[in-house]
Amino acid sequence: MLTNEEVAQTIINQFGEAVSDFDDPYDLLTFSTTRETIIPLITYLKDHQTFQVGFLTDITGIHYPDSVGKEFCVVYHLHSLTNNFRLRVKVYLSADDLHIPTASPVFASANWMERETFDFFGIIFDGHPDLRRILNMEEMDYFPMRKEYPLEDATREDKIDALFGR
Amino acid sequence: MVSEDLDIANKNLPAEQGPVQYVNELTTLNLGPTHPATHGIFQNVLQMDGEKIVSSEQTIGYIHRAFEKIAERRPFYQITTLTDRMNYCSSPINNMGWHMTVEKLLGIDIPKRAQYIRVILMELARIADHVVCNGILGVDTGAFTGFLYIYQERENIYEIYEEICGARLTTNMGRIGGMERDLSPTAIRKIKELLVRFPKILREFENLFNRNRIFMDRVVNVGSISAERALSYGFTGPNLRAAGVDYDVRVMNPYSSYQDFEFDIPVGQSGDTYDRFMVRNEEMWQSLRIIQQAMDNLPEGPYYADAPQYYLPPKQEVYKNMEALIYHFKIVMGEIDAPVGEVYHAVEGGNGELGFYLISDGGRAPYRLHFRRPCFIYYQAYPEMCKGLTLSDAIVIMSSMNVIAGELDA
Repeated sequence: MLTNEEVAQTIINQFGEAVSDFDDPYDLLTFSTTRETIIPLITYLKDHQTFQVGFLTDITGIHYPDSVGKEFCVVYHLHSLTNNFRLRVKVYLSADDLHIPTASPVFASANWMERETFDFFGIIFDGHPDLRRILNMEEMDYFPMRKEYPLEDATREDKIDALFGR
Repeated sequence: MVSEDLDIANKNLPAEQGPVQYVNELTTLNLGPTHPATHGIFQNVLQMDGEKIVSSEQTIGYIHRAFEKIAERRPFYQITTLTDRMNYCSSPINNMGWHMTVEKLLGIDIPKRAQYIRVILMELARIADHVVCNGILGVDTGAFTGFLYIYQERENIYEIYEEICGARLTTNMGRIGGMERDLSPTAIRKIKELLVRFPKILREFENLFNRNRIFMDRVVNVGSISAERALSYGFTGPNLRAAGVDYDVRVMNPYSSYQDFEFDIPVGQSGDTYDRFMVRNEEMWQSLRIIQQAMDNLPEGPYYADAPQYYLPPKQEVYKNMEALIYHFKIVMGEIDAPVGEVYHAVEGGNGELGFYLISDGGRAPYRLHFRRPCFIYYQAYPEMCKGLTLSDAIVIMSSMNVIAGELDA
């Protein structure tokens, strides 16, 4: 069984300044890294002798409109099936430079996950083989999961927040 | 004289220089969006060379309902109704998975009885899911009989759902902190009857298919995928186990007391359609085993946790009891103050690891909720699996992968 501290220490020794914000909410190792490091990091974890983090569980995005310079976050959930060890890697991006390298050469499953993230958040994955919208229609000109688009039509009077306890 | 050695009268033709050369032209075949054999709405544009599939391009998202966006505005209880509609063949698993995610965030401990009831319901849902998948796979290969007989049992499982929560398809089962009511005597009787009756029908179903010459010709070595490719494509659940990797969330990260039960993980070898079929069949037997153990060892005690500020009280209590009325009002009006945090919780759904990634900022609704939908992630391997095969193979591969449109598009 791997412990969070052990893995975190190894990653710090390997990548030094590029990884930060180590935490373990609900016993799941979480840390942040930069977009230059993310692909070497997941490749390193995949090829590591003892970690063998060979399964990409999920890629998704989060939008934090209030945090300046870190408006967008791409979250990678990785899983080592041999050690039963999960970890979560976050990459924060600023709104005026939404580029991150693609993980699809490392994991084939990253293809559609990244397309979905692009579809909803507009995060551009450089080097992706086929970066198109996947769930929404091609003609859409905005990214619906961003926080500035409210769910309800803002012009309606019968759906104001006060009536719903919001 | 056209040519010296062309003598048609005596059928003397010029010496041939190899076989006749034809121009290779690909046929574009549009499979879907509403083809009856896709069992859902997704389009595949196949490029075919004769009857061999050269490549295929998928289009999905026809029933995308923006669940993740809706979830950002809804209190935790109201999100249950969204999870129902993802994998609509096994709604209870989605409901329980979502409730467990919220319980993990809130830090509630669930009593054993509620956990066992959840296990029973989740395994019933798994059986229903596999019944649908395998029955339909039979239909796609032309065997309608097995489907008819085994669907009777799915109907009986739905009657059990009805007995427990009143609904059949979109169950909304359970509460945050336990179950909404205890198992009624009728429900217990029906589950016990199912345990007696279903194995016979399942045995009959297996006798019809397992060594059936026609069926095996259609499915053996069709759509094989190696374990390495399957892992790279993010396969989980029966499809990954058919490829030979024994990854099961119930064993690896036990939730809801799965560690108390004895069951085996069926594992295939080649990852072809036949292996997927057999793995699902065997999982039904294992689910029956789990249900039997849970029914035999069903602990006594409360069926909901002692967390009044989160557990929606029963309606009879609300009429009589002031505390319950206050908490009921607060919960219904969405005034649960959830702690700040982020949770990833995975359950073993009908066709793989169903994960819920929940980020709470302390508000009444999640700040961000992401569903890790197994279908969505493994369906992208479909072009690779049906490359070089025929159209009829493509149909059975899609059936055996159990691609559920509601889960694919969320």
